[in-house]
Amino acid sequence: MIQANNISLNYGGVSALKDISFQVERGEIFGLIGPDGAGKTTLFRILTTLLLADSGTAIVDGLDVVRDYKVIRTRVGYMPGRFSLYQDLTVEENLSFFATVFGTTIEENYHLIKDIYQQIEPFKNRRAGKLSGGMKQKLALSCALIHKPAVLFLDEPTTGVDPVSRKEFWEMLKRLKLQGITILVSTPYMDEASLCDRIAFIQKGKILTIDPPEKIIADFPYKVFAVEADNNYKILKQLRQSESVRSVFSFGDSLHVVFKDVSKIEKEQINAELKEIAPTIEDCFMALANN
Amino acid sequence: MENEQFNKNKEVLIVNSDLSIIKVNNLTKSFGNFTAVNAISFEVSKGEIFGFLGANGAGKTTAMRMLCGLSKPTSGRGTVAGFDIEKQPEQVKKNIGYMSQKFALYDDLKVWENLRLFGGIYGMKSDEIEDKTNLILHDLGFENERNTLVKSLPLGWKQKLAFSVSIFHEPKIVFLDEPTGGVDPAARRQFWELIYAAAESGITAFVTTHYMDEAEYCDRVSIMVDGKIVVLDTPKSLKTKFNAANMDEVFQQLARKAKRVEDG
Repeated sequence: MIQANNISLNYGGVSALKDISFQVERGEIFGLIGPDGAGKTTLFRILTTLLLADSGTAIVDGLDVVRDYKVIRTRVGYMPGRFSLYQDLTVEENLSFFATVFGTTIEENYHLIKDIYQQIEPFKNRRAGKLSGGMKQKLALSCALIHKPAVLFLDEPTTGVDPVSRKEFWEMLKRLKLQGITILVSTPYMDEASLCDRIAFIQKGKILTIDPPEKIIADFPYKVFAVEADNNYKILKQLRQSESVRSVFSFGDSLHVVFKDVSKIEKEQINAELKEIAPTIEDCFMALANN
Repeated sequence: MENEQFNKNKEVLIVNSDLSIIKVNNLTKSFGNFTAVNAISFEVSKGEIFGFLGANGAGKTTAMRMLCGLSKPTSGRGTVAGFDIEKQPEQVKKNIGYMSQKFALYDDLKVWENLRLFGGIYGMKSDEIEDKTNLILHDLGFENERNTLVKSLPLGWKQKLAFSVSIFHEPKIVFLDEPTGGVDPAARRQFWELIYAAAESGITAFVTTHYMDEAEYCDRVSIMVDGKIVVLDTPKSLKTKFNAANMDEVFQQLARKAKRVEDG
């Protein structure tokens, strides 16, 4: 459903995207994961026909993003990272505006948005600019879906959304997937990354790996140890000083430590109990961002 | 009757008065028939990292605006940094730092100019501002960016700078409203190390976040549901109490009980 071939783009001498290639299958949830400034939003803009690449080609739903841009725009839904609905229109006006522009009605595709739109329907007469962060995201998704797109592009859709709403949001993405909608999503939340069918790690405009999350975890080359102590920050600073430590990061209530050489751990330097644990996607991300 | 109750509570509070940076008693804010914040009471100590959690619309922002002296409570009392939030809002504002997700930096000013501006606004003297600027740029490793326009800094750097600006005038407490929203895991961790360092130097951090791993980094957290604080404890005790593996599970258990439809 999405096919990117050797896409490159330079912004004033800086290479924003370098030779990006990947494919997304129909009904797949494909995650773009990478640090801020990695090029994720630029890639979204090229695939949604809003920006031209310097070189390379891209096909979305069988159509060329340059030649067939007008048709593509009727077949995709795009939720940009920055809120871009009409602040002065009400919730309902925004939704009906997008439905009308795409030649449909709210009633026709209501089933697609029902789960999420019901939550904001009590405020349908409120101006979009007056909604809270979580409600804005729900409205933006409803507007991106109202014309029943074949492909959905979601650029950090859950930023500013609380954990309960995030969970609901992802349950909904799974239902959309079951209806055959293809989803390309970026997120800074690693628990969401692990819910994707496949993810691409992107850094400095280059894709480093593309794999299912389970495979990325299985391929993680290091052993990860957890340390739990009363004063994690103090231990963190101590471990940073240790010669034998490759990396140490806070992970919730514990620290995750990777050693340079597991056979040469200097136990006396580490005043805390080490427990080997299975790595998570976030461990993989941190190792990547640290390199 | 209400006054009597407050005085009674005040006696209890005074015991720790040197260490309490925030004291809130039955703080309430209503908009018409809607009670956004419903009689919340708590204290936060000096140097503590306090996580102020809740679902979208639970009332966090409204409560925080009252604590920052930006909105008057409908009823109840509160002091922040020793000043009454209702009667001395200007004193409150001078003695706190504030940073939100929308970093209040001036994009068209250089890094040092932003620090100069905020230092000046808080009434710091020129030489003091200069010394502090050098110190901060050194600590952040930003010495080469002194003359860079803020708009050309990467997001993670802007965020660190915004935090440094918020504590530039050495407030007793800094309010951080979703400071890491939309930030990648590596940048979030670097940011939290700044919070830890600030707390070690005695600055109290009052933080809201939707990242539940960050909730674990707090000394204590409160969770608001429908305008009320339903729990307040250390992350460890909460996990034990709710028989949960992590703070996300605690949050899910509590926030799912919300009856009020998300609003504002």
